[in-house]
Amino acid sequence: MRSLTQQPFRAAVLVLVWGWLLFLVLTPNLLVVGASVMTRDPGSFISLPLTLDAYRQLLDPLYLEVFLHSLYMAAMTTLVCLLIGYPFAWALSKVGKRNQVLLIFLLIVPFWTNSLVRTYALKLILATNGLLNNGLMSLGVIDGPMQLLYTEGAVIIGLVYLLLPFMILPLYSVFEDLREDYLRASHDLGAGRLSTFIHVIVPLTLPGVLAGIMLVLLPAMGLFFVPDILGGSRNLLVGNVIKNQFLDARNWPFGAAASILLTLAMAFLMFAHRLSKRRIGEDGV
Amino acid sequence: MNRWLPRTYLTLVYLLLYVPIVVLVVFSFNDSRTGYEWGGLSLRWYEALLNNRAMVQAMWNSLWLALSAATVSTLIGALTALALHRYRFRGKKVLNGMLFVVMMSPEIVLAISLLALFLLVGLQLGYVSLLLAHVTFCLPFVVITVMARLSGFDERLPEAARDLGANDFTMTRTVLIPVIMPALLAGWLLGFTLSLDDVVVSTFVSGPSYEILPLRIYSMVRVGLKPEVNALGTLLLVFSLVMLILSQWILLRSKR
Repeated sequence: MRSLTQQPFRAAVLVLVWGWLLFLVLTPNLLVVGASVMTRDPGSFISLPLTLDAYRQLLDPLYLEVFLHSLYMAAMTTLVCLLIGYPFAWALSKVGKRNQVLLIFLLIVPFWTNSLVRTYALKLILATNGLLNNGLMSLGVIDGPMQLLYTEGAVIIGLVYLLLPFMILPLYSVFEDLREDYLRASHDLGAGRLSTFIHVIVPLTLPGVLAGIMLVLLPAMGLFFVPDILGGSRNLLVGNVIKNQFLDARNWPFGAAASILLTLAMAFLMFAHRLSKRRIGEDGV
Repeated sequence: MNRWLPRTYLTLVYLLLYVPIVVLVVFSFNDSRTGYEWGGLSLRWYEALLNNRAMVQAMWNSLWLALSAATVSTLIGALTALALHRYRFRGKKVLNGMLFVVMMSPEIVLAISLLALFLLVGLQLGYVSLLLAHVTFCLPFVVITVMARLSGFDERLPEAARDLGANDFTMTRTVLIPVIMPALLAGWLLGFTLSLDDVVVSTFVSGPSYEILPLRIYSMVRVGLKPEVNALGTLLLVFSLVMLILSQWILLRSKR
């Protein structure tokens, strides 16, 4: 307690910071955990007795199907981001330093611009009489308009469009750290290109891959406005379910349980990411 | 390897990233009502926007919210970064971890937890609840921006200040604050933009008493195309771009 009186400034800062985090981060999260094991109540949202009904409801075939479909779309989004982002980050790390600053800047511009507006912009392109269909028809590639909007594909396109920079940035940072000597060493030891890629490049860039997956996969399950604008009612994300349960159906325990599902997924990915980083650290690389 | 292959690839991906934005901007000047066909240049959607009183009100609300959220989160975030950098205290790792979790967790998880808290303590959903929520999700970003700046900082300076008789507060004011000023500005701008663009958290913690822009746009674009949104989106884009350039410029200049 001596330090408290001796350093009033330090004490004030710590109280403020801790107070904020305890009240607005820890307490709310505990409330959600609490709500998930309570009984649904139309009047006060939740009430006793304690029950695991909400978690049982997660396994209800109807919702299970929605969750699996959401996971599928999120996984496809992550995969597409990885396939586009990996070579992209590689190529980016090879560009000269001067241009790199500009290119990175161009990459984070979308991050700073309104994601809702950008999702809406995609609608202009993908709509039945939108730019893509009109363009392809006037070129004679297709005879009639394709149904692009309100499909699973549209949701994935929207998610990829919003989340791609989040995949590229961590990948770029691992490629930046990738030292040329390792590649040369691998070559000198007789490894071919493919072998170098599999045994040197992939393991060394793995933390970046996992960080990218973490930054894409989870938001891809939560961004409810993307299906709302592009996907129609059949292509829902976990985020849509949570939102409906909290704001429309007023089934808080179920919404809370679904959100805990997402949190657990996050914890798992963070753990995997740490593990991969540590492993590389131990090898002295 | 071929030099042109990577370049072509980079260009192609950038093109894909920017085509929708360009389309939006071009169509914001489109005179046609249907939204898909080109009907000549016009500023009618910008005009419609300015004549829409609810929209203008929402715009002001959003700006005020972003302004206050950025300011409060910069203040608290800077103090947090300083505390993490300078002090040894119990639970430092926990504090760090909590900030990291806020940054990484899906927005919607944060959103419902805050909604639960606000309803529990009986806080009327509106400006105050939005402010608390926005400050919370901006906080970690400010902290890491300031921490990054502090990590490259000569530790002997605060010691010298102390030897010359400055107490903690004086030392912070005269030595640390000037050093982290660029990071504070950059963090503030980042917080401002994050707040202005947020949809997910705001959907949960806003009330009818305080309508903000992203939510107004959201309700408009859910059904069909709204040409006004093109104009509004273009304005927001330009605005964000100016903020971004400003913050990068501040950071770059300070490095020299």
